[in-house]
Formats: sequence, structure tokens, C-alpha cells
Amino acid sequence: MHISEGILPVGWAGAWLLVALPFLAWGIRQIKRRGQTEPRYRAFVALVGAAVFIISCMPIPVPTAGTCSHPCGTGLAAILIGPGPTVVVASIALLLQALFMAHGGLTTLGGNIVSMGVVGALVGFGAFRLLRGAGASVAVAAFAAGALSDWATYATTSAELALALHGGGSLWSLLGAIMMAFVPTQLPLGIFEGILSVGACRFVSSRRPELVERLLARSSG
Amino acid sequence: MKLSALIAVTLLALATWPVPGAETGKWPGVDETVVEKFAREAVREPREPFINTDQGDLLLPVFLIAGAAGGFVGGYYFHALFPPREKKSAPSGAGRS
Repeated sequence: MHISEGILPVGWAGAWLLVALPFLAWGIRQIKRRGQTEPRYRAFVALVGAAVFIISCMPIPVPTAGTCSHPCGTGLAAILIGPGPTVVVASIALLLQALFMAHGGLTTLGGNIVSMGVVGALVGFGAFRLLRGAGASVAVAAFAAGALSDWATYATTSAELALALHGGGSLWSLLGAIMMAFVPTQLPLGIFEGILSVGACRFVSSRRPELVERLLARSSG
Repeated sequence: MKLSALIAVTLLALATWPVPGAETGKWPGVDETVVEKFAREAVREPREPFINTDQGDLLLPVFLIAGAAGGFVGGYYFHALFPPREKKSAPSGAGRS
């Protein structure tokens, strides 16, 4: 999902960074505010941030496709710490990966933050809250959040690439081609990410329910 | 529980499904097979990273350090947030007849 250095033209790179910045500011404000009222929240954000960093640079072989790819962890993070703070931890992870691990790039950082941080977090969080509101169990909602956030991240990356690279050709046919190229790898990985989210949610809600009680509650409060 | 079992079986089936040629593949990442492939087709060659650690085996220690650092931070806060459960001590009168 990491768009490499130099792939996006300057205009698109700048535009995606401008899209990402307000979400980043929103996330930083949320961390500050919740950190003042909930004493363990910042430690929880640090733990989830470390998990997102490791998960999003961990290549997993997918035998069905003969390729490797990585989960994102942002759907799970959004359930646990909220979507705004997830944008912040995803941005830090992506920045470190771009600087030192030859994954992504500084010029494409905005695009990668939007796909993995913003869209991944919002889709995961939205799916979780929607399903919980409809009466689904934590396991079902967490599975959907993990899988859908992964697929939404890669769909957004496809859209960013198609918008920047279609030139004089058809935007929709290029978008379809890129999305179809991701499917063999990301379909099973999305399912894996769903299972990962179920396990993590169950663990946290059984061991420290007070950390996530607001998010795991069935009501929208 | 049934759902988890169904998902686990589906994932296992997907992961072990034999794909012609997969055994001989070199397990490239999707960044290479999809992102960079479409970029090259559109004549947008990826540029070398500003700090290029993708040289020879240099990425291996970089990933090792990143994994260790991330694991340390994660483990530290995990231990702070989820301390080991205290074992229930035996009642004071246990063993007396």
C-alpha cells in the first residue's frame, strides 16, 4: 500500500498532504484532551501506536497470490483509541517507515496517511459503530472493522494512483485494473486483519474493559 | 465461536490453496507488483528514497532494529496496562485437618 517516493506528481502529493493535515490536527487535539481526563489513555495510544508500526511493516506471504503484503492495523486502532488518534499514530509509523525503511516516501507521505490513517481509521471505526448500533456482537463488529478498513485502505491507494497516473486514458479502467491487481493478495489479508481485530478486541475488553468501554458500548455514547 | 471457526477454516483454505507458479515465485511485495508496476507503465518511475536503506542486506538490520524498538515500546506499555494476573493465594486454613 506504501506509494513509493516520487510516484505521485507534486500537485497530487501536496493535495493529499493538505487533506491529511486537518485530520492530524484533530487527532493530536483528541489525544491531548483525553490524556488529561483519562490517566492511562496516553500509554494506551503508545501501545497501539507501536502495534500499528509493527503490523504495517510486517510482510505476510499470501500463498494464493505468491506475493507478500502487510496488514494496516488502523481499523483495530480506531476501535481501541478512536479514529483521530489513529491518524496520528499511523502518520508517525508511516514517517518512520519512509525515513529509514525505504517504505513509502516523504513526497508521498500525505497520500499514504490519507489511505492508511484517515480512510482506514474512519472506515474501521464507522463499520464497528454501525454494526454495534445494529446489535452485532463485538466479535462480528471487530471482524468487519478490521477487514473493511484493510480493503478500504487499498481501494484508496488504488484511487490515488489512478487519479495521478491515468493521464489521457480512462480513470475508471485504470482504477479497476489497480484494484483487481490488489485483490488476490488483499482479500485473504483483509480476512486475517479481521481475525486479528477480533482477538485484540476480546483480549482488551476482557482484561481492561475500562480502556474501551466507551467504544465497545452498544449505544452511541 | 462458530463464526471464528468458520473464518479460521476459510483463511486456512485460502492460505493453503495450491497456486501454479506460487512455489517458484520470489514473494514480491504488492508495493512492487502493483504500485510500482502501474507507476512504471505510466512512466512515473519511483525515485530512490532520501535515506536509501534498500541496499543489499542493509534492510535486514534496519527491520530488526525497528522491530526491536517497536516491540520494546509496545511491551513496556503492554506491561504497564496489562500487568500479570495475581495468582489467588490459598486460604489460610487450607491443609489443616
